[in-house]
Amino acid sequence: MSDEPLIRWDWIARNWANGGPTAISALLENHIVMAFLPVLLGLVVALPLGLACARWRWLYQPTAALMNVTYSLPSLVLFSIFLSVTGLTRSTVVIPLTFFALAILIPAVVDGLASVPDSVRQSAVAMGFRPARRLLRVELPVAVPVVLAGLRIATVSSISLVSVGALIGQGGLGNLFIDGWQRQFYTPIVVGIVLIVLLAVLADGLLVLAQRLLTPWSRARRTA
Amino acid sequence: MNWLADFFGDPSHWSGPDGIPVRLLEHLEFSAAAFLVAALIAVPLGLFIGHTGRGALVVVVAANAARALPTLGLLVLVVLLAGVGTVLPVLIPLIVLAIPPILVNTYQGVRGVDADLRDAAYGMGLRGRQVLVRTLIPVALPLILLGLRLAAIQVVSTATIAAFVGLGGLGRFIIDGLATKTYADVIGGAVLVAVLALAVQFAFVLLDRVAVSPGVRQSR
Repeated sequence: MSDEPLIRWDWIARNWANGGPTAISALLENHIVMAFLPVLLGLVVALPLGLACARWRWLYQPTAALMNVTYSLPSLVLFSIFLSVTGLTRSTVVIPLTFFALAILIPAVVDGLASVPDSVRQSAVAMGFRPARRLLRVELPVAVPVVLAGLRIATVSSISLVSVGALIGQGGLGNLFIDGWQRQFYTPIVVGIVLIVLLAVLADGLLVLAQRLLTPWSRARRTA
Repeated sequence: MNWLADFFGDPSHWSGPDGIPVRLLEHLEFSAAAFLVAALIAVPLGLFIGHTGRGALVVVVAANAARALPTLGLLVLVVLLAGVGTVLPVLIPLIVLAIPPILVNTYQGVRGVDADLRDAAYGMGLRGRQVLVRTLIPVALPLILLGLRLAAIQVVSTATIAAFVGLGGLGRFIIDGLATKTYADVIGGAVLVAVLALAVQFAFVLLDRVAVSPGVRQSR
């Protein structure tokens, strides 16, 4: 065991795209789908829910408490519980991860809308914006930095958490950890960790870039 | 619900070396060990960085990167490298996992203390360390406790996965249940871990009530 190198490059070369379902590239693809789908679904659900919570404040306390409870549940626990409902499918991982994304995104949307200064809101009203257009053209754009900060956390956690799904056979790159463990073979484990961290760094970088594009005024202010 | 009755109704689950009480104790034991080590490292470091402002950028970047580390992979790798069967290697990924939330929240808590307050403390004649202990820590306490709570929950959750590499704890019910397709055990174990995580959450809410000074709580 001790003379086994951490990385065997020839194993990577042979298994990158061998056409089978266990090829590294196939696992990577799977991983990307299972990590981003929950964040996307979470965002689609969190926007209206967050808006509702910001509009009717009494909704926020119970929603936040529920999300807090959800977030404290271990991922493996939720996977196991959903296993009895959705079986050994991708949904068993995607649905719980969507709840985790929601737990981060709903507070982010509410905090984002709360971060809009009253003066800005009043200016928009004075300029003749109706509520719906004010929301779309003024409040949501101003809330973008806070919402995106939540989106970054949700995305990175989701990418990392998918691998736990390997314990129920649906883990994308996480399957490499199980494979490496069963064969006492370091290479797949190292490959899995490196690819997951790279994927997370890349996604995080893209979101930072998106924030710069979506909030050009914050850059203008800095250079002014 | 039948599964729950099967699991909790089975008397053999309540005694012996693989009964619920023993597994619960194991789970608490190595969770507490990892949490304490992480807190002993991260709280002083966070206080130091927050108070002096040195090394702040490194900490924030490293803590963000650490969030991306897949715990299962880290666990499997460390245990394979160190040799199977001992507890110590399993603690390492748990400690690595617990340090970032404590460190970042402690740092941000101390950093976020109102500058006027800090100046007032110096103005009253307190020295550097006294300012830290008597002013900064009490005011930053809500955030420090938040970091400790997040870390504790993460450790308790992830300790479940440790059963995969052969350690005891409540994860045994889930992992063994999955292996033998005994879903009553999987669900039963999952419910136990969920209750434990919620209990930890609740304990920290209580701690917050007791430890945070009323003046600080009011200004929140």
